[in-house]
Amino acid sequence: MNIDSEAFVQAASAIGAGLAMIAGIGPGIGQGFAAGKAAEAVGRQPEAKSAITSTMLFGDAVAESTGIYGLVVAMILLFANPFV
Amino acid sequence: MNVQVTGPKIYFTFDIFGLEIPFTETMRNMLIVSAFILIVCLWLASGLKKVPKGKQVFAEWLVKYFYNMVEDTMGRHNLHFTPYIGTLFMFSIVGSLSSMVTLKPYTSNLSVTLTFALMTTVMVWFRSIKTNGVGGWLKSFVDPVPVILPLNIISEVANPVSMAFRHFGNIAAGTIITSLIYGALASLSNMVLGWIPNDFIANIPIFQLGLPAVLSLYFDLFSSYLQAFIICTLTMVYVGGAGPEGD
Repeated sequence: MNIDSEAFVQAASAIGAGLAMIAGIGPGIGQGFAAGKAAEAVGRQPEAKSAITSTMLFGDAVAESTGIYGLVVAMILLFANPFV
Repeated sequence: MNVQVTGPKIYFTFDIFGLEIPFTETMRNMLIVSAFILIVCLWLASGLKKVPKGKQVFAEWLVKYFYNMVEDTMGRHNLHFTPYIGTLFMFSIVGSLSSMVTLKPYTSNLSVTLTFALMTTVMVWFRSIKTNGVGGWLKSFVDPVPVILPLNIISEVANPVSMAFRHFGNIAAGTIITSLIYGALASLSNMVLGWIPNDFIANIPIFQLGLPAVLSLYFDLFSSYLQAFIICTLTMVYVGGAGPEGD
């Protein structure tokens, strides 16, 4: 079977994009952990709900960075591939 | 199934001093949204009364929301930052929500979010220099030990980059996932209805009814609000941290 080099690079890039999205595991675990802790905190102090919620959302968004880096790498590989 | 994700369309290019500056879809949408915000603000601020009623209640709530947000995060002595934070918030959230009226959201363009982040960085540097002087600012790079200088420079660059990528990544991912879902639902409907010989009936995308609305609730409404909130909070934290301590 003959595969020209461009098709090979594209296939490898698609696999690479999929691998890059494994980065989504970390933020998923981290955000779930943060949400669980926030639920505990609300259970303990229901009157501080709004402060806890905004702190949790802020922390979640910062913890999400690594996942977003993976997403950006995947998007570059799929839509703006520097190797093709 | 053809799902295409491309950069913004270029309508025409300006030629200023030999520089070719393209006028893109992003810029057009930014102008539309800016005009929309301006008109809404003028309408909300017209005919203010001593006792608030109707639209004035909403306007006062909005202004108060921003003032509370800035006071909670930056402290009372930094309240003069509220107009900038409010502008950033409204510009970001209305831009992200503009996907609901079929405009391409300009916050899914990295140039726009990078501009937000760079404005924050410039403000941080400016405030840092104003508070500590140029010497003190440069000294903060070698703060505990001089060996750490490269790390400090990297973290100084990483802040705006991660801010820009976070906002861009969330909105762009929402756009891409929504278009993928629409494509998938269209082919699913085609598979189910494909046996009907009538071309018109076979191409009705029945599964596109209702289902995407649930996802749109998360990717458009929640994500847009959250990203606007996050970029404002980060701006407030960085800028507030660079300035003088409050009393």
